[in-house]
Amino acid sequence: MDQQVIYITLAALFGIFMAWGIGANDVANAMATSVGSKALTIKQAILVAAVFEFLGAVLAGGEVTNTVRKGIVDANMFTGAPELMVYGMLASLLAAGTWLLIASSNGWPVSTTHSIVGAIVGFAAVGIGMDAVQWGEVGKIVMSWVVTPLIAGFLAFLIYQSVQKLIFSQEDPLSKAKRYVPVYIFLAAFTLTLVTILKGLKHVGLHISIRDSYILATVIAVLISLIGAYFINKIESNPKAEKKEHFVTVERVFGVLMIVTACGMAFAHGSNDVANAIGPIAAVVSIAQTGVVTAQSALPLWVLVLGGVGIVVGLATFGRHVIATVGEKITHLTPSRGFAAELAAATTIVIASGTGMPISTTQTLVGAVLGVGLARGIDAIDLRVVARIFVSWVVTIPAGAGLAIVFFFIFKAVLP
Amino acid sequence: MANMLANIFGSSPVQPLEKHIDISYCCAKQLRAFFRAVVKDDWDTATSVRSEIERLEHEADDLKKAIRLSLPKSLFMPVPRQDLLELLLVQDKIANRTKDVSGIAIGRRMQIPAEIAEQFLDFVDRNVDAAKQARKSVRELDELFTVGFRGAEVDLVTALIEELDRIETDTDDKQAALRAALFKIEKDMDPIDAVFMYKVIELTGEIADMAERVGRRLELLLSH
Repeated sequence: MDQQVIYITLAALFGIFMAWGIGANDVANAMATSVGSKALTIKQAILVAAVFEFLGAVLAGGEVTNTVRKGIVDANMFTGAPELMVYGMLASLLAAGTWLLIASSNGWPVSTTHSIVGAIVGFAAVGIGMDAVQWGEVGKIVMSWVVTPLIAGFLAFLIYQSVQKLIFSQEDPLSKAKRYVPVYIFLAAFTLTLVTILKGLKHVGLHISIRDSYILATVIAVLISLIGAYFINKIESNPKAEKKEHFVTVERVFGVLMIVTACGMAFAHGSNDVANAIGPIAAVVSIAQTGVVTAQSALPLWVLVLGGVGIVVGLATFGRHVIATVGEKITHLTPSRGFAAELAAATTIVIASGTGMPISTTQTLVGAVLGVGLARGIDAIDLRVVARIFVSWVVTIPAGAGLAIVFFFIFKAVLP
Repeated sequence: MANMLANIFGSSPVQPLEKHIDISYCCAKQLRAFFRAVVKDDWDTATSVRSEIERLEHEADDLKKAIRLSLPKSLFMPVPRQDLLELLLVQDKIANRTKDVSGIAIGRRMQIPAEIAEQFLDFVDRNVDAAKQARKSVRELDELFTVGFRGAEVDLVTALIEELDRIETDTDDKQAALRAALFKIEKDMDPIDAVFMYKVIELTGEIADMAERVGRRLELLLSH
């Protein structure tokens, strides 16, 4: 069989396996907050996740994909032997996928991003040589893993503080909520759309000037905000339920907002995490087609679509169950806090996607949840579990790297 | 990873604390029926109410232990863990005092002197009122957590605690008056009975004291 076809087929298979794994497991973290706070039913969450993960992957996933495929390893080292890059990327995909499978069946908190970055660095450093890794770039990525949860936490803190000041500590929280929630909707929609337009759309062949980008983002955000305001105005207070639980109607208003931020979260997740699966595919495909390793090659759209489809399939097969399980466990994250965490995390992630930083969406979300906690928004957070999540990448990187090295030498020996 | 996100949320102490004050109050409330039976010399009723008091006190105790176990040191909460544990402790003491005082009354088959019976029952009721007001205040805990301990809700809870203080002062006045009344007739009583009557009055009065301390603990939470 033709060598190119073998490479592309294997890459697509491994990549879909990985994307499927992300959809089955990782997406749950992005959606469970909305399900847990009852802003969405499981069915609605699946639908939202499917649509917006896909859109995020295709519209805004390009930059991170490029980082994964050609930002970590130095393309110049492979000019003599492009097939080594193919083996390496295949090995990385398989290593990350395998490690995720092992970890999630043991309940370990690992991130897809850490696995794939560790795997690529591992195969390049050991299989090729220390010089093959762009250490400066890797350093930036590692820095972003530290910084993004902090930024998300800070944003979440500010957002939730503003909610408390503007709404909860007022005499009539319901009327204040009805007034301010559409503003939050606008902010959420505006940030996400703007970053997407500025950073993402060039990968699908659309070029819009900066001024037009701002106008377009504003128009879209106003529209979404108006739709939200329409539904919010339809919410009527229920004095009987409020007697028992004072903020029940206020939380329903936030529920509308949370639908918007849930879409944003799915979009953000798609824009960042799908790259972990399709970055390596894109690298393999471009080498297989051109025969050379080049840093200039464009990202084929069908690869982004493939990743999006993989995630949606993973979501439909296993993700549903995981979302339900996690959602059931985090019921005390009410919409007013859930939206603050989601909005902060989604904004941070989309900006990271726009700048091409592959980050851990889950760690970012955890950072945001901590931010809400610091603003006295969450009854109880278990810091032991938080610490375990944050140190998980210290284990994941060597694990991903080790597996990738093994697979790399196997492929080198076996593949044509 | 999925399970980890869910696990970062520790179990909230709020609902259990509200449940605990419910039980403590329910326990204290039994004293109304209990002492009415004692005054009437109806020891069958008193015994059955007493066993209900014991049951509720046990229930409160079990819940107290469960709450303590669910609040490990690694929890990060909007208010210090220690303050919540102390709130729990004084809530529990409402049930404890109820059990103690009913225990003495039933153990000694106490005769409440007819001269002060009416006044004594009124005093008991007022102490139960204090426990009820404490429950009403603690029931705002979930709202306080929701609003992050500030704004209009804080004023509401402050008002509830002020009312609690008024009730407690009232029980103090009633307790002083009751003692004075008892003092007038103590010479005609069996000395040991008189001593234990003072003891029962003191223990009953502590129910309102504990209720007031619940208010103080809540106030501490507000001041963070």
